[in-house]
Amino acid sequence: MRPFTYERAESPQAAAAAAAKTPNARFIAGGTNLLDLMKIDIEQPAHLIDVNGLDLARIEGTDDGGVRIGALVRNTDLAADARIRRDYPLLSRALLAGASGQLRNKATTAGNLLQRTRCPYFYDTNQACNKRLPGSGCAALGGFSRSHAVVGGSKACIAVHPSDMAVAMRALDATVETVKPDGSVRRIPIADFHTLPGNTPHIENVLTKGELITAVTLPKPIGGHQLYHKVRDRASYAFALVSVALVVQANGSGRVALGGVAHKPWRVEAADAELPKGAKAVAARLLAGAQTTDDNAFKLTLVERTLAATLAEAKERTA
Amino acid sequence: MKFDTPATTNPIDRLKVVGKPVDRIDGPLKTTGTAPYAYERHDVAPDHAYGYVVGSSIAKGRIVAIDTSKARRAPGVLAVVTAQNAGKLGKGNFNTARLLGGPDIEHYHQAVAVVVAETFEQARSAAQLVHVDYARAKGTFDLASAKGSATKPKDGKPDTAVGDFDKAFAASAVTLDATYTTPDQSHAMMEPHATIAAWEGDRLTLWTANQMVDWSRGDVAKTLGIPKENVRLVSPYIGGGFGGKLFVRADAIMAALGARAAGRPVAVALQRPLMMNNTTHRPATIQRIRIGTSKEGKIDAIAHESWSGDLPGGGPETAVSQTRLLYAGPNRMTAMRLAVLDLPEGNAMRAPGEAPGMMALEIAIDEIAEKVGMDPVEFRVLNDTQVDPENPKRPFSQRRFVECMRTGAKKFGWERRAARPGSVREGRWLKGLGVASAFRNNLVMKSAARVRLERSGRLVVETDMTDIGTGSYTIIGQTAAEMLGLPLDRVDVRLGDSSFPVSAGSGGQWGGNSSTAGVYAACVKLREAIAQKLGVDANTAVFDGGDVVANDRRVPLTKAVAGGDIVAEDGMEYGDLDERYQQSTFGAHFVEVRVDAATGEIRIDRMLAVCAAGRILNPKSARSQVIGAMTMGVGAALMEELVVDKRLGFFVNHDLALYEVPVHADIPHQEVVFLDETDPISSPMKAKGVGELGICGVAAAVANAVYNATGVRVRDYPVTLDKFLDKLPPV
Repeated sequence: MRPFTYERAESPQAAAAAAAKTPNARFIAGGTNLLDLMKIDIEQPAHLIDVNGLDLARIEGTDDGGVRIGALVRNTDLAADARIRRDYPLLSRALLAGASGQLRNKATTAGNLLQRTRCPYFYDTNQACNKRLPGSGCAALGGFSRSHAVVGGSKACIAVHPSDMAVAMRALDATVETVKPDGSVRRIPIADFHTLPGNTPHIENVLTKGELITAVTLPKPIGGHQLYHKVRDRASYAFALVSVALVVQANGSGRVALGGVAHKPWRVEAADAELPKGAKAVAARLLAGAQTTDDNAFKLTLVERTLAATLAEAKERTA
Repeated sequence: MKFDTPATTNPIDRLKVVGKPVDRIDGPLKTTGTAPYAYERHDVAPDHAYGYVVGSSIAKGRIVAIDTSKARRAPGVLAVVTAQNAGKLGKGNFNTARLLGGPDIEHYHQAVAVVVAETFEQARSAAQLVHVDYARAKGTFDLASAKGSATKPKDGKPDTAVGDFDKAFAASAVTLDATYTTPDQSHAMMEPHATIAAWEGDRLTLWTANQMVDWSRGDVAKTLGIPKENVRLVSPYIGGGFGGKLFVRADAIMAALGARAAGRPVAVALQRPLMMNNTTHRPATIQRIRIGTSKEGKIDAIAHESWSGDLPGGGPETAVSQTRLLYAGPNRMTAMRLAVLDLPEGNAMRAPGEAPGMMALEIAIDEIAEKVGMDPVEFRVLNDTQVDPENPKRPFSQRRFVECMRTGAKKFGWERRAARPGSVREGRWLKGLGVASAFRNNLVMKSAARVRLERSGRLVVETDMTDIGTGSYTIIGQTAAEMLGLPLDRVDVRLGDSSFPVSAGSGGQWGGNSSTAGVYAACVKLREAIAQKLGVDANTAVFDGGDVVANDRRVPLTKAVAGGDIVAEDGMEYGDLDERYQQSTFGAHFVEVRVDAATGEIRIDRMLAVCAAGRILNPKSARSQVIGAMTMGVGAALMEELVVDKRLGFFVNHDLALYEVPVHADIPHQEVVFLDETDPISSPMKAKGVGELGICGVAAAVANAVYNATGVRVRDYPVTLDKFLDKLPPV
């Protein structure tokens, strides 16, 4: 860890302004990912702006019947919130499938969206990683890539986004609200929020310099059966091999998003339309153009089978 | 004292304290966070500085240049030690690679520097400023491709043969020829390797986490080139070892070098990402097993060959050892071959040899039993032997293996197992039951202790024995209490200090029986001294309830020490009983699993171990040992693998986020049964080891249960869903 300076932000806009004007600044909220990465010299901020004191920890209704989740709402509180459990059970389930109780107590809504990949080569500063050191190469390509992306990857990076929460938000058409250093606010559909690696895997989202997430909003509840199916090597406290976020309505229509397969929560809207046809058709659309390695090719089969099982479960509940 | 004839009745047989499930006497310290672990000895070295180890970023090659100037100028830095300024260093007897690399690099994350600073954060920050230029050399990293170059290891017994295996196998009615692989595994103990080092002139004290105090004292001296007498090693509390702390590692040597350079005590803990590649690990194996039986299932031919790799000068994983002893059969052979690999050095991890060997052998037994058309419990019972199958004149000291199998089968409800695999489904789950034998040899090691009866009436036991979470404190206290007829709360146990008599240490599941036998010997001597003081005959006196009872008179022990403490010191040495008899421990593992029919996720429902391991000195701590070992076996079965990057030559998943071990949710229900037995051949304690028996066979029982659930046989550990998903029935 390198020496850094520290300040407590007074307001969201002040936080954004401070981040814009201070070189190499980072916001800190729960710190569950940032501090780990600082300790092993992957994140090297010169300045930390602590946003924990800001009034961004509320969950409240919106005028259009949806909900606004403050950026600082802890994962534990969000998963346990009565309204979320009633109206957006998918989100609650996804949250509880992630991390551990202790981590969820600290981790925030915005921080969860911004957590970085768990690629082992990203985590080892001796190894080539375009995400950590642009232009240095990608050691995962040709290396150990069992957990890596099967869609949306590039020759520069095949890392996956590790979040469970974000996969549910993607299926629920969330919007990320931000404030910029000049005080202007922006609403970014979650589909556009995370980016694919391309030639710039170090860029992981569309936030501009200093821009601070203030909330995530969800449109009014869509009902249906909402299931989050996470597949992992052990029963708890493990990242997804793949995960399926599924909402199925009584008439068989619905939405699906995947975790553990791409650099971002993965949804192909055209695949939703295939839901009545079954898992094979949906998976084919979701995973079109997949590029796999020997280590991770199993994910294609796993997605289809997990999707089939989740669809079957939804059907059972409907019956 | 020498133990060379089988034990007869002795004071331990009173079982007033020994054999009782008493709580561990160090429990309150540990549960309140007040047991002083090595890195927390601020009491003994309050002014210590911190060292941070820099590991090599290449697997093989040499350092062309190392620039520490920036690090030296960083805030708080007191010293930077590299091979250039460390002075001449030797290598310990138990180390394969040097603990400070440079200019030659032998493996990834080999230490190349230690940065010492006032605070941990300063040391870590400055360590990132050490700049090393390496010249990479070509290395060999893949066991499968190096297998052809493997040679016969020079030590041990690489080849064994009895009868004519080839002929008998060719003539067998039923045969199996299968190859299994086990991956490299990490001890992944909770407490990292950690040491505080302090010099007083040319004398060095190390507060460290080490299982084998005397071995390591010698290796510290040898590495630093100083006399062994000048080294004191203190290791009273250890946060898990599993074999990873049998030896001196870089934390101790870098702390000593850092302290010498800084002129201050220095604390070094290996950071978690270094632990997998800087220290030792259980080596991967490739194992070929061939079994030939009659059509009734009697083994006529059995062969087990194993290939493993290590750095030059290293040794093989002795994965074939149990196959020489576990099952009957007149024609048999085993062979071990060793390849040179430039990965970090391999060495002992909980039940070295048997743990990976049983992972393979016990799947093979499941497979051949199925080919014969026999229940796997019955197959094992049929092929039991009461004598060493290579030397039928040599009996086992005790072998109640069949009883373990039968007891376990009954208790677990084995009769409910469906013989046809893949045939039981409950909702989304495929259900299966699996069984495996448990087998681990019992080793005895010389061990000494000093006991002192104080005027206060308290009994103090001192030995350099270690407690790595196993319960040594408690069973040693129980032994001394039994011998002197005292309640346990009148005994103080002091462990893990090289100024105490040399013990067996903790390893190879020999520690419990051997260290208590050493305490027994010292207590026999103390009893004699007390009896003499009281003028009674030590052989007929009974030590009971704090009194000595002799000639129908009851005299308080304290009377013997009215004039001053009485001290006795002795140890136990062993004759040739372990050559005349085969001493082993036995058990049976039963596992019920469910496998998600869609995703292939495997979850354990129930586990049972039945163990026959001599006298159980403390059923509570012994049970903890066995359930811990069963948990570790589940890890080996389902998730643990140090993944080798075959291009770059290192273990990629070098932290606990990516090297997964079972968590609470993975282990729902475990039961342990100990058969009531004593083994008078093992020691006066009549006890044997259990800490390693518990892991042997578990992984195969899990793998066999997965096969029973799914009908898909996986022969490459860990059994992860990607290895069989495409063979599951459609969703």
